[in-house]
Amino acid sequence: MTPPSITDLAIRYGFLVLMAGLIIVFSMLRPAFLSPQSAVFILQSVAITGILALGVTATLVVDGFDLSIGAVATSALMLSAYVMVIWEMGAVAAVVLCLLMGAGVGLINGLLIVKMRVPDLLATLGMMFLLVGLQRIPTQGNSISTGMVLPDGSAAEGTFAPGFLMLGRHRIDFVIEDLVPLSVVFLIVIAVLTWVFLELTRHGRVMYAIGSNAQAAALAGINVGRYRIAAYMISGVMASIGGILLAARLGRGDVASGNNLLLDSVAAALIGFAVLGAARPNAFGTAIGALFVGILLQGLTMLNAPYYTQDFIKGAVLVVALVFTFALSGRVGRARA
Amino acid sequence: MPRHAITIRGLTKAFGRNAVLRGVDLDLPAGQVTVLMGANGAGKSTLVKALCGVHRADGGEILLDGAAFAPPGPAAALRAGVVTVHQSINDGVVPDLDVASNLLLDELADGRTLFLNARRMRDEACRIAAAVGLDIDVTRKVAGLPLADRQLVAIARAMARRPKLLILDEPTSSLSLAEAQRLFALIDRLRADGVAILYISHRMSDIRRLADRIVAMRDGQVSGLFEGGSLDYAGAIRAMLGHAITEVDITIPPPGPVVLEVAGLQLKPDARPFDLRLHAGEVVAVTGLVGSGKSALAGVLFGLDRPVAGRIVLDGRPHAPADPGRAVAAGVFLAAKDRLANAVIPGFDIQRNLTLPFTPRHAGPLGLMRRASERAQALRSIRDMGVVCQGLRDGILTLSGGNQQKVVVGRWLAEASRLLILDEPFQGVDIQARQDIGRRIRDSAAGRATLVMCAELDEALEVADRILVMSEHTIVGDHRNEAIDLTRLMAQVAGSMDGMREPA
Repeated sequence: MTPPSITDLAIRYGFLVLMAGLIIVFSMLRPAFLSPQSAVFILQSVAITGILALGVTATLVVDGFDLSIGAVATSALMLSAYVMVIWEMGAVAAVVLCLLMGAGVGLINGLLIVKMRVPDLLATLGMMFLLVGLQRIPTQGNSISTGMVLPDGSAAEGTFAPGFLMLGRHRIDFVIEDLVPLSVVFLIVIAVLTWVFLELTRHGRVMYAIGSNAQAAALAGINVGRYRIAAYMISGVMASIGGILLAARLGRGDVASGNNLLLDSVAAALIGFAVLGAARPNAFGTAIGALFVGILLQGLTMLNAPYYTQDFIKGAVLVVALVFTFALSGRVGRARA
Repeated sequence: MPRHAITIRGLTKAFGRNAVLRGVDLDLPAGQVTVLMGANGAGKSTLVKALCGVHRADGGEILLDGAAFAPPGPAAALRAGVVTVHQSINDGVVPDLDVASNLLLDELADGRTLFLNARRMRDEACRIAAAVGLDIDVTRKVAGLPLADRQLVAIARAMARRPKLLILDEPTSSLSLAEAQRLFALIDRLRADGVAILYISHRMSDIRRLADRIVAMRDGQVSGLFEGGSLDYAGAIRAMLGHAITEVDITIPPPGPVVLEVAGLQLKPDARPFDLRLHAGEVVAVTGLVGSGKSALAGVLFGLDRPVAGRIVLDGRPHAPADPGRAVAAGVFLAAKDRLANAVIPGFDIQRNLTLPFTPRHAGPLGLMRRASERAQALRSIRDMGVVCQGLRDGILTLSGGNQQKVVVGRWLAEASRLLILDEPFQGVDIQARQDIGRRIRDSAAGRATLVMCAELDEALEVADRILVMSEHTIVGDHRNEAIDLTRLMAQVAGSMDGMREPA
């Protein structure tokens, strides 16, 4: 074995070093950055995009892409509000219907791509537009909140169930009272489950095989189409969980929220390629990628950087991460070509 | 003495340490069709790429009409008058443009005119089309044309340049017989116009129809040149495949019970149906030229294709798998040919490549992989196959071609099968790996039927108890691998004996 070269080390640990550097710089400039409250705030801000990013990771693993996740999440937001406020049903019904909607959208995406042979980017882009429009049709483009005037003239009398709101607002005592939001717990549990599924089970293994050489996987007796559809269903369900948490945090069906969900979560998943030099989609990298974006934004906010510089810096980080993945670890790229 | 359009002397080309062309000497006379034959890896495509400017030769020289010819790129070769029509027809046309634009594509790409004059283009295109006897509406989109017309468009476009040499790479591989006849008529006209034509094909019916001369390539050199009044087709095939067998150490075991019984199997609508029986414990090689139906037979048995007609019985039960997964469940395994496209998972290490088809065997509750079980299986496979590697967790692409092949063959030997099909298992491997793989196939053959597809006769003779010959998608010969009559076998490969039906 030859000792690893500087380039190898840079590819493997570059991004983690960069993240540690960011934390050090921010905490020197703003000591409050290192407090537990600040850490929890970062986690809370990345919880929803992190969950969406883990879903999109599943589609990236089978060499697909899901652009509809943001729209699925906002559809779940509107659907849960509609179910509770207008249909006056309970929290369980809202959650179950949202999860079913996410799985259904994923199934349709998968069928479009596998059976109808629509390219993945186009199928999910079309689905995105469709959902963005569909979610506004029942309320004629209005946001949903208790007391809103319905088309028949009456007022909506339903309310968000307390149990539902807890999903987004409850905090658990952990060392300090009321420290960890429930949504952060969801993120961690989902991240661990996704990691276990992709890295340790035979299904994850087979999905990676499909992403690397679908033809060879099919000739090894694997039902490639079924796994592809499953990947989009995982992505749809994850996105709907993100939407449920968003609805629970906001407490109303806001048509304008969730604009950044798609870009932030795709950025997290793509940054994940570079973590530990994986050069492939992976759950751990995606989680770190989401955290990285969260740290960066929290730090910039504490430094009072204007909001528009944040998008710019996010984009710059994504480009650098992609260079890490595809140029520096070029051996992988060349080998695939 | 005919004028030589192209003269090639001592042409060499190597990729890394792999010498692909080892001193090719070849003349291509004007006004004649020279057919080039050669097995996979013989160097045909590299030679063509050197002629059409894709590769630069390392040594030797090419003369075009007596002048040195070393095109720096495909565009330069085209301007000099060397035109290539590739096997994949859509490489030669732009499907979304109309016929006229396609015919004038090279002129458009030159970019001397900024604005297009539709009428002038149409007239010019009609003139080009008429010159090759192509009678179609030039305003139609190419995407709406049948395959054969697209190919004629590609050729017509090429002919607009008044080429000195036209290279046709397997042009009939996706044409019907009637369409092929139209192509042949065009080739006859071009030949009469004095164009030198290099025609690459393995279809004996094409070759008989067109060839003025046959050149066989083997191991990067010209291994035979056949010309004159009556061409020696069997001799050309022998020169292409070779059979320099010195020692064949095959002990044919007594055949076991019948595993697979095939009756009246028809692989293509115009192919003759055939019967086939495979016994437990025997290794049967299927030989035949490229496109003779070997892979089609493998595909039908493995659930990739449906046969036109016929019945397949595996261990007394009907066998008609809908997909590879069901074929594997029924105990029929296929190690596919062309490992980089069809077998290797480039992102996986050696161990994961080895265990890919049988992950359920190593998975516990909830589908969690059991590391110890997987690792033990991978180590067994590596030992059995003699894979030379540093460690199980190294990337598959760090291995040499031969060792990669051992991995993708070894993955199917990890579980017991009823019928194991190996499609070109010796493709692109060195002699040592070839012997290792062959020995392992024979050593593990008891209890199953084994079918090995190989175009190279040497390989079939090395590995098989019985050799079947395929031609025109049917079985035309069945030889026990003992004192084989090679002349007769070669003739069957060429499809010229035993009263075999000639294609119309």
